[in-house]
Amino acid sequence: MITRHHYILLALLLVLTVFSFLVSFSSGSIDLGFGTVLQQLLNPEAGLQQQVLFELRIPRSIAAFITGGLLALSGVIMQVLLRNPLADPYILGISGGAAVAALATILLGLSGAWISNAAFGGAMLSIFIVFGLARSRNQWSATRLLLTGVVVSAGWGAMINILLTTSSNNSVYSMLFWLMGDLSQSRAGPFSALVLSAGFALMMLQARALNVLARGDLQAAALGVDVARLKLLLYFTASVLTACAVTIAGSIGFVGLVIPHMLRLLGARDHRVLIPASVLLGGSFLMIADSFARSVVAPLQLPVGVVTAIIGVPTFLLILRGSQRRDTEQ
Amino acid sequence: MISTVTTPILQTLSLSLTIGTRALFRDLNLTIEAGQCIGVLGQNGTGKTTLLHTLINFRPTDSGEILLLGHHLNAWSRRELATRLGILFQSGTDDMPATVMETALLGRHPHLAKWRWEDAEDIAQARNALTEMNLEALAERDITTLSGGERQRVAIASLLTQRPQLYLLDEPGNHLDIAFQIRSLEVMRQRVVNEGLGLCMATHDINLAARFCDQILLLTGDGEFLLGATHEILTPENLSRAYGCEIRQVAYEGGSVFFPA
Repeated sequence: MITRHHYILLALLLVLTVFSFLVSFSSGSIDLGFGTVLQQLLNPEAGLQQQVLFELRIPRSIAAFITGGLLALSGVIMQVLLRNPLADPYILGISGGAAVAALATILLGLSGAWISNAAFGGAMLSIFIVFGLARSRNQWSATRLLLTGVVVSAGWGAMINILLTTSSNNSVYSMLFWLMGDLSQSRAGPFSALVLSAGFALMMLQARALNVLARGDLQAAALGVDVARLKLLLYFTASVLTACAVTIAGSIGFVGLVIPHMLRLLGARDHRVLIPASVLLGGSFLMIADSFARSVVAPLQLPVGVVTAIIGVPTFLLILRGSQRRDTEQ
Repeated sequence: MISTVTTPILQTLSLSLTIGTRALFRDLNLTIEAGQCIGVLGQNGTGKTTLLHTLINFRPTDSGEILLLGHHLNAWSRRELATRLGILFQSGTDDMPATVMETALLGRHPHLAKWRWEDAEDIAQARNALTEMNLEALAERDITTLSGGERQRVAIASLLTQRPQLYLLDEPGNHLDIAFQIRSLEVMRQRVVNEGLGLCMATHDINLAARFCDQILLLTGDGEFLLGATHEILTPENLSRAYGCEIRQVAYEGGSVFFPA
């Protein structure tokens, strides 16, 4: 059921998204200011400002928005699939597989597209390993899937440590940036935009079924949901969304775990509201975090994964406190 | 009253169920006519829940057939089943947040096309169900903050909103205080009688079954069972034998109460 509260929430998130784009366009080692940004957008004039805006800022902002949207949407799906509030896009080991492949590529001295292609390949490999191991006789238990994912994750973790300890100082530095999640080299192509749109559309069609699945497998089956098929769809959708995000920016923590929870605490529990709200808030949040990452210690840049945690932790705790107070007052 | 009373709501034809190598019961011929309530009683582990899950096609039958509204159970799709069969589980999973109203509305899911939102009629049905379960004041509360009894009432409200033709209830009295035990069964019983529906409940509460059921299926745990009109099956002798514990009956004001000696 959609209420006025939900419309207001979605409208505010749209405004926030536009605002975040402007912030992201204007901030960095060269501060452009909203006025300049708007002027350049409406009426581009050749020069340094135009170059910075169109060649650096806009592609990076779009990459940040898409990555944030992918992660938040994937987080929503994983939390329903595993019926576990602690689930995040990386819980099933997808980022681990991507990381091992990416780090190995860095170790070989390759860069750029090599790293992202390897990351995507590693992610897909991990998706199929977990899928193959977790399924028994077409049965999908959340516990079995979670355990398999966590164990495979731990295996990847060990391999990451081996790669880190056996590499030269130079490559360790780029490896650490990759592991913490970083947008400085990121470009999101039309492929990732397509993945986000397709994932979003697919999940909006299943949104009401997700509400039912959140009440448990048996209850969902009793209400007419083909549970095994839906879970398969959720697993692969969430996995591909995550693989795509990891390919763009490495593993940026916190967004996929916390954005859906923040929105649930703000009243968006119905997936028909939660899904669009998560994409908007996840995207905006990552753009703002990335703006901080490149302006706080400019001209140096922080890995954006560090900033998402620094901003996100206190914000989330505040919202959690507020909602506890509301519940006890009722 | 409906006109097609000739087709029973549900029929089992020589249904047998086993778990592992243990036979729960053999050759069960059960008929739930429109307007009838049936109680399933028996010790722990005699197959009450398994029977309910078989009736909703969650597990295959070992032998025998089940007919819902005259059609074989396998002839219905999951979603078609969900518009005709509703089940109250013994315990729910309520660890993801949702409001009481949103949870009640889930009962409309099988009735709505994929892209459709609940309309005013659906919302009115959910509100009505919340009122029946005395939950209007809690409509906007998160279910994860409710007590066990309140959650059970939400689950019943969701089932009422689903408007099935056959109610399958697994321990409907779980967590409920005595007033709500009576109230929730009265609400469902009334719908069953007025609208020509069916109801089948598994319970440990002999008195609740005696009060609301027309027929009793008493599972004795050795593959055998007793099936018949409530007053014929619910006797101290039958019950004492089925539960392996002496049960007595006291008459009062035209009714009677069962209690362990």
